[in-house]
Amino acid sequence: MHFRIEQRPEPSARMRVAAPIVATALTLLVGSIVFAALGHSPLATLHAFFIAPLSSMNGLSEWLLKASPLILIACGLAVGFRANVWNIGAEGQLIIGAIAASGVGLFYPDPESVLLLPLMFVAGALAGMGWAAIPAFLRARMNTNEILVTLMLTYIAVLFLSWLVHGPWRDPAGFNYPQTALLPPAAMFEPFDYAYRLNGSVFITVVAVVAMWLFTDRSFLGYKMSVSGAAPLAARYAGFRESAAVWTGLLAGGAAAGIAGMAEAAGPLGQLSSQISPGYGFAAIIVAFIGRLNAFGIVLGGLLMSLLFLGGDSVQMTLGLPSALTRIFQGILLFFLLAADFFIFYRIRPLREHA
Amino acid sequence: MTPRLELRNICKTYPGVVANDDISMSIAPGEIHAVLGENGAGKSTLMKIIYGAAQADSGTIRCDGQLVETHNPASSRALGIEMVYQHFALFESVTVVENIALSVSSTFHLDSLAEQITELSQRYGMPIDPYRRVHDLSVGERQRVEIVRCLLQAPKLLILDEPTSVLTPQAVVKLFETLRQLAAEGCSILYISHKLDEVQELCDSATVLRNGRVTGTARPRESTSVALARMMVGSDLPEMRLDPATPSPEPVLEVRNLSAPPKDRYGIGLKDVSFTVHGGEIVGLAGVSGNGQAELISLLSGERLHSQADTIRINGQPVGRLDAAGRRRIGTAFVPEERLGRGAVPPHALWENGILTGHRNGLVRNGLVNRPKARDFAGAIIERFNVKANGPGASAQSLSGGNLQKFIVGREIELAPKLFLVSQPTWGVDVGAAAFLRQTLIDLSRAGAAVLVVSEELDELFEICDRLLVICQGQVSAPLHTAETDREEVGLLMTRLGGQGSDKRSGELALQD
Repeated sequence: MHFRIEQRPEPSARMRVAAPIVATALTLLVGSIVFAALGHSPLATLHAFFIAPLSSMNGLSEWLLKASPLILIACGLAVGFRANVWNIGAEGQLIIGAIAASGVGLFYPDPESVLLLPLMFVAGALAGMGWAAIPAFLRARMNTNEILVTLMLTYIAVLFLSWLVHGPWRDPAGFNYPQTALLPPAAMFEPFDYAYRLNGSVFITVVAVVAMWLFTDRSFLGYKMSVSGAAPLAARYAGFRESAAVWTGLLAGGAAAGIAGMAEAAGPLGQLSSQISPGYGFAAIIVAFIGRLNAFGIVLGGLLMSLLFLGGDSVQMTLGLPSALTRIFQGILLFFLLAADFFIFYRIRPLREHA
Repeated sequence: MTPRLELRNICKTYPGVVANDDISMSIAPGEIHAVLGENGAGKSTLMKIIYGAAQADSGTIRCDGQLVETHNPASSRALGIEMVYQHFALFESVTVVENIALSVSSTFHLDSLAEQITELSQRYGMPIDPYRRVHDLSVGERQRVEIVRCLLQAPKLLILDEPTSVLTPQAVVKLFETLRQLAAEGCSILYISHKLDEVQELCDSATVLRNGRVTGTARPRESTSVALARMMVGSDLPEMRLDPATPSPEPVLEVRNLSAPPKDRYGIGLKDVSFTVHGGEIVGLAGVSGNGQAELISLLSGERLHSQADTIRINGQPVGRLDAAGRRRIGTAFVPEERLGRGAVPPHALWENGILTGHRNGLVRNGLVNRPKARDFAGAIIERFNVKANGPGASAQSLSGGNLQKFIVGREIELAPKLFLVSQPTWGVDVGAAAFLRQTLIDLSRAGAAVLVVSEELDELFEICDRLLVICQGQVSAPLHTAETDREEVGLLMTRLGGQGSDKRSGELALQD
């Protein structure tokens, strides 16, 4: 018996609904086998992974707090991904956004001004866009590969941050730790409740999701970008400029990442250190694809990714599972999700032996 | 005598479509057998089944009396069955010789294979440079590669799907000689076509298909083309209405001393091209594919810009540096040769593809797409141009080539263009739809638009054009009035113009006999 993978004439509506369910079921199954093989009770482990993190107020707060930047950045990136503009340097744009916002927060002459937070917001967005403008310019003008340029700029941003917190911006009263002074209270988002860390910056993400949906699904510019992504020659035929898609895609991603960086600095962090992001910029790429580059899909993807972060910590702490195992489990889930998605557009058909 | 190929009761169903319904036929060794039918009649499916690229649901295939069981293209080749697809199966990123090497199963040496390709292609009047990359080749040139690939295998049964549309009349004569010679050597030929005159000239027998069924068999030489057409279409074809042209006093499109370098190192540069197209007339651009048509049309459409604005004028306005969107704004519409991926976005729905160029017709407000209007726009095109599609929500790639072409032509005509550029309007389109599209072009021009048709089908150009231009080696001839010229003269211009030079390429192209 031979099989052939072939493209479906039309994407399957049934698989579109079934894919996440199938993926979840398979993950639970394979995960349980792996946990059981290592001598852990599957039920207890799955409980610790998925239920325990969400069964306290603090857990819920942390869940949304981590999901927010992931969703925000993924929305920005997806705008570009839809047009085949591959910005994989959101991590760097996030860092530059955080640096610019913190700079404003630390050095603005009036540390109690109500304008401080809005100014930091603008600074973060502009800095992220500025960092993304470099690959946009190079791609639009010189046709350089934006994947390489955005990635390399991320390393530059990481090292620049490290230099700042070890050098000029180091807190003189900070016992030589590589970190800046704390931001003044007016430069911080106020938590909803001081017992938890969740703060008003999640509303920025909510606005971004709606804006992203409006842009990609309803706007003419979004339409032009999807044409550029799906058929570049058709875009040229219709007279849609490729450079416009490149600029829009990269600047949207840069702005979103820069704002996410600002919200991190002005939220849970409160200061800059050499490590300010647990890889949000890279994880957001996965979130964008889990969400099928669709605004509401990205919300679900971001919530899932955030839960995987929390669940991973939870099983390490409560059950003493090795961190490698939690990574494996996360990998299994992402693998099944993306593999199940494949069957929306493709199918496997048995080839009959006889004509 | 044992038939070379015998089909019995072949059935094939695709979801929602019966592609082949109880088809039987047989072909003797050395016979040239035509399969006639409109697009969607099931010809391509049947050929794929014979070639092994698709499997029949039921029915038997016998080759030289032996039942063909396990069947795929590789085993077909082992049986000596070769096929030239209508949609070419070539790897775009590698060279001609590498493509051909990939389908030759024995060990190979690229250099000696390249020599064979050059030798064979010249013998059959289809010069091709074995070291060019396929993605740089025009559609016509790709077909040459496919034909040469098959001939290299010395086949026992050769399947040709609409092979002549890209050849000059002289080259068609040459190809027919080749095919007759092959047949005389005992090779059977399955010839798929909708060109009745060719079938009558070349083929010994014909099987006519309609809606997946055999509607008749005929000896084409003893049958009339009207009778054959009726078997194909099921009714008589509409008469073409062609009123005399009344050209506008001022040209709508004026090209003056346009020269341009080739778009890449395999392309053809344009040399000092000048011509005009007036409102109310149809001008045809004839030529063998790959002689600069792609360069010229992309310069006219604005997909490629020219550094001197005044080499191209539309209604007197210099537009050489205006991009495609700008030229559309002043009344240009354009139907490209490639439908999927250029004229339409394959995975997008028809209503989305309507927006591609139709967004000027009030489909966008305040930067947002007006979806109900876009659906109405696509729905109106589907209705007016008789597009067979599952409504405005059907994806472009789900349509057959002919129906997608009707949709694209319809969309561009809905823009009420003053200048209409069309490339290969009826490529791969069935007889009924082709007649409809040609009538549409005539009606548009008689309503006052200037129409420029680039086509490799001379019959079509002679049928609808008022004046003809011939392009060869990037040079465009002086205009010929259709009524005062003939196929012979145009055919010679297609190959001889600029062929007096001493450079190698034009020398190759001029090699006719």
